[in-house]
Amino acid sequence: MNARAEQLLAFADDELIVGWRDSEWTGIAPTLEEDVAFSSIAQNEIGHARALYELAATELGTDADALAFDRQPDDYRCAPFVELHLMDWAHTIARRYLYEEADRVRLEALKAGDDAGLAGLAAKIDREETYHRLHAELWAGRLRDEPRFQEAVEELWPYAIGVVEEEQRPELARRVGLELVEANERGSHTPALAELWDEMTEVRRSAPGATW
Amino acid sequence: MVFEVFRQEKKGQPFTHAGSVVAPDAAFADAWAREQYGRRGESEALWLVPRDAVHQVTEWADEFDLKYRRVDGYSIKERLRIARERAGRATPGVR
Repeated sequence: MNARAEQLLAFADDELIVGWRDSEWTGIAPTLEEDVAFSSIAQNEIGHARALYELAATELGTDADALAFDRQPDDYRCAPFVELHLMDWAHTIARRYLYEEADRVRLEALKAGDDAGLAGLAAKIDREETYHRLHAELWAGRLRDEPRFQEAVEELWPYAIGVVEEEQRPELARRVGLELVEANERGSHTPALAELWDEMTEVRRSAPGATW
Repeated sequence: MVFEVFRQEKKGQPFTHAGSVVAPDAAFADAWAREQYGRRGESEALWLVPRDAVHQVTEWADEFDLKYRRVDGYSIKERLRIARERAGRATPGVR
């Protein structure tokens, strides 16, 4: 697999898995309004994944659904950060905030890159991310002095920094006001991914090749 | 805080009441209403109005049964037809 396809898949897998994880809050978020907003944002992330898979699929001679659902868990290139099964709101919103900040750094780099196709898609994604950041930053601002949120941010930070390339990390650290630390790197998976994959691909595996 | 949400479907159309959001402040109301009332491209614009800012009127004085002010049973259609005939044209806009 060439470097471009690998880069696209890493980004797409991050978006798909974080969207999946966030959608687990549908129906049980702290307030009705947040429930609708959080679910909508999760769907947007999955929409970004689809667009990125489509770009990767032309590179790899396959289609977006096959990339999203027909690979084995070990073939996914997502960062361990997005896989974590977070069971409380403080951690969930801390991940949402840190993910958005990491995503911003990644998108800025892609928008400025030589790959015109990817730069165009990054710009399109970024226009939607503006509102995701608005949402995440509101929460982060409101919870900044809340110890549970601070602890969650600190706990997740080594994972979050693993989302972006090494040269982008100082910029990410500067944006969130945290020290550079050793990252939980992309390339291996947490046990949570296999469990998520099992659920996510269940329908697809039950009827291989079906169209919907 | 309750924010009443008014939604404009297309440019130039009036804003109509769409529902409300409960939010701690205007910034959260913005983030939430955006997703709740705009994520399907169904809105051109939203107005978010704190419910406290709405001045409500519910008391009416109608002591003298002034029926002649109402339009009940008053056929505008018929009057229009007669007016058009008088103007010498059968349908509006055709000269």
